[in-house]
Amino acid sequence: MVNYFPEEVLEHVFSFLTSHRDRNAVSLVCKSWYNVERFSRGKVFIGNCYAISPERLISRFPRVRSLTLKGKPHFADFNLVLHDWGGYVYPWIEAMAKGCTNLEELRLKRMLVSDASLELIAKSFPNFKSLVLVSCEGFTTDGLAAIASNCRFLRELDLQENEVEDPRGQWLSCFPDSCTSLASLNFACLKGEVNLAALERLVARCRNLKSLRLNHAVPPDVLQKILARAPQLVDLGAGSFVHDPESETYNKLKNVMQKCTSIRSLSGFLDVNARCLPAIYPICINLSSLNLSYAPGIYSKELVKLIRKCKKLQCLWILDTIGDKGLSVVASACKELQELRVFKSDPNDVGNAAVTEEGLVAISAGCPNLNSLLYFCRQMTNTALITVAKNCPNFIRFRLCTLDPITPDAVTMQPLDNGFGAIVQSCKGLKRLSVSGLLTDQVFLYIGMYAEQLEMLSIAFAGNSDKGMVYVLNGCKKLKKLEIRDSPFGNMALLADTGKYETMRSLWMSSCKVTFGACKSLAEKMPRLNVEIINEGDEMEGGSDDRQNVEKMYLYRTLVGPRKDAPDSVWTL
Amino acid sequence: MEGVMSHGNDLNLKATELRLGLPGTDESTSKNNKRTANELVKNSELLNGKSDAKARDGETVPASKSQIVGWPPVRSFRKNIVQPKKTEAETGNFVKVSMDGAPYLRKIDLKIYKGYQELLKALENMFKLTIGEYSEREGYKGSEYAPAYEDKDGDLMLVGDVPWDMFMSTCKRLRIMKGSEATGLGSGV
Repeated sequence: MVNYFPEEVLEHVFSFLTSHRDRNAVSLVCKSWYNVERFSRGKVFIGNCYAISPERLISRFPRVRSLTLKGKPHFADFNLVLHDWGGYVYPWIEAMAKGCTNLEELRLKRMLVSDASLELIAKSFPNFKSLVLVSCEGFTTDGLAAIASNCRFLRELDLQENEVEDPRGQWLSCFPDSCTSLASLNFACLKGEVNLAALERLVARCRNLKSLRLNHAVPPDVLQKILARAPQLVDLGAGSFVHDPESETYNKLKNVMQKCTSIRSLSGFLDVNARCLPAIYPICINLSSLNLSYAPGIYSKELVKLIRKCKKLQCLWILDTIGDKGLSVVASACKELQELRVFKSDPNDVGNAAVTEEGLVAISAGCPNLNSLLYFCRQMTNTALITVAKNCPNFIRFRLCTLDPITPDAVTMQPLDNGFGAIVQSCKGLKRLSVSGLLTDQVFLYIGMYAEQLEMLSIAFAGNSDKGMVYVLNGCKKLKKLEIRDSPFGNMALLADTGKYETMRSLWMSSCKVTFGACKSLAEKMPRLNVEIINEGDEMEGGSDDRQNVEKMYLYRTLVGPRKDAPDSVWTL
Repeated sequence: MEGVMSHGNDLNLKATELRLGLPGTDESTSKNNKRTANELVKNSELLNGKSDAKARDGETVPASKSQIVGWPPVRSFRKNIVQPKKTEAETGNFVKVSMDGAPYLRKIDLKIYKGYQELLKALENMFKLTIGEYSEREGYKGSEYAPAYEDKDGDLMLVGDVPWDMFMSTCKRLRIMKGSEATGLGSGV
């Protein structure tokens, strides 16, 4: 019956489908739907750049205008993956430059991006509008200069937490006078100086600029001038916010801030003098998102004074200097809070400025809409987690990180199994979970039993035996990414359900009890998986002993076999 | 490159261990006992502050820092952003200053000076001598003494050639040379 719909109708209907999951589902219905869908898909999301090749992508979706690519595994963020492991974007751009020059948007995460790649983008795609780079590296401001100079319709340049070399610092001046299309510019992660005059002129001529995030090199007096030109900003990342509160600059800044009534999102303050914070007070009432997690040295009292004015806040990223008491104030003031991230203020040291389970319980009691949490804390208890689970059943993302990865319940000294068990049982929509603290196989039994929607699970220093991992693999039907470190899971668990891995994006296991032999037999059995062993060097001597434990294993499903760009230290079995 | 700590707490370690626990508290091994079945035992625990009301029996507070690779899981980008500010602000930039003929060396904190003028004045005061005017061409020719410094590469350089910020970050120690010996420094190749 459905075959009698003319293609134009189908295409029109599909145009309302924006989620790639919906489109994937639709393309499986029948051949004709598959074809209509593939010609009409504009946005493609590729969660693992090695799962498919650029050529196959283009042949299936010839009209792709927006491409999202992710490269390195998540644990690369924590120095567990070699710098040159892979994730090069150049081959993708090369292929798109040949076959798909309508590309307008490129979003990359954890990829290696060279200046040559950026230059190729700038040259090859006349309609290029949007470049978003998150946690990438390999490029310098020279590459950015190429983008600025050549992409005439650039709307968005968003650089989030990238490692960028800054040899010349003049990239900002490369935006030609004719460029007036910028709506979003984020260069907060750049370490070098920028041409401030060029920045001011750029802001003045881009009347559609809605989002602007500055780096530390932009001083308060320039910020004031920029805000005077761009009162329409919705999202602001202040650079340096250090100045004398008695000064003329500060007064001007205060006055101009009052007029910025459109600002809904505030971040940055990479350098800040807490006495200058009152300049922001006038706009607090409008804020839905506040990120002070890059702002060192603000005491809890001052943080609290600011945050309690943000009555409409939905998203808060903060350092643990806020303390439990500070979190209580947040709980009473920010009733609409949905996302909270509390970061360690001193990532390498253990200080007294830390939060505990008390702060989390207070937040859960005051903010029932909380659905996303990242919480670095000194200690946790089962009782607290159970209370949190009761207060906030809407969690979609729940990530807990205790400073000591195997710390038990701070009161009972028991494992934290029951606490996390309560979370997965209560939060039926939970999609992402990171557990930490002293944990036995029991917690994985609970996860397997209750976490039906779970897609990503991060495990560190947890469990007693293979059973733990098996509970998860058997129970979590929607699991896509599993990453495990320093846990006693071995061959039995790895090989228990090899078919499962084809339903998942990837599995990472490091410092576990999995042997070479088991990895080899898994690779043999499952040709559509790439099983990669990452060696730090020592293990390569004299070939591999099958009984030897593998230090790091990363496996992922793929349609294109072993990749050809792996460095010597990465073996694909 | 094993990120996992060795098993158990050596008696040797214990003897030299710094602890901030309440007087009379014993080192708790309950945590470690539970983990002995696994090969993982951390030898670091949390600093728990002084007489914290929350301190519980058996909770230990040795000061050994966690050395596990990648824990706590914080992106390197964030680590680099938040940390250096703190340490830089706290510590000074002390360098040794030697003067030819003097029996002992001195130490100065480069951070407290805003530029070369202040530094040279301070040196003049400290050693009761005159250094004179700097010129790019002649160095400190004509003065009784010339200030030199040892840079990151170990080379002996004349003070004043490079911008102050660069000098601050590359200067490892200062040496005040007698004018007669210093004539070689200021002149060209």
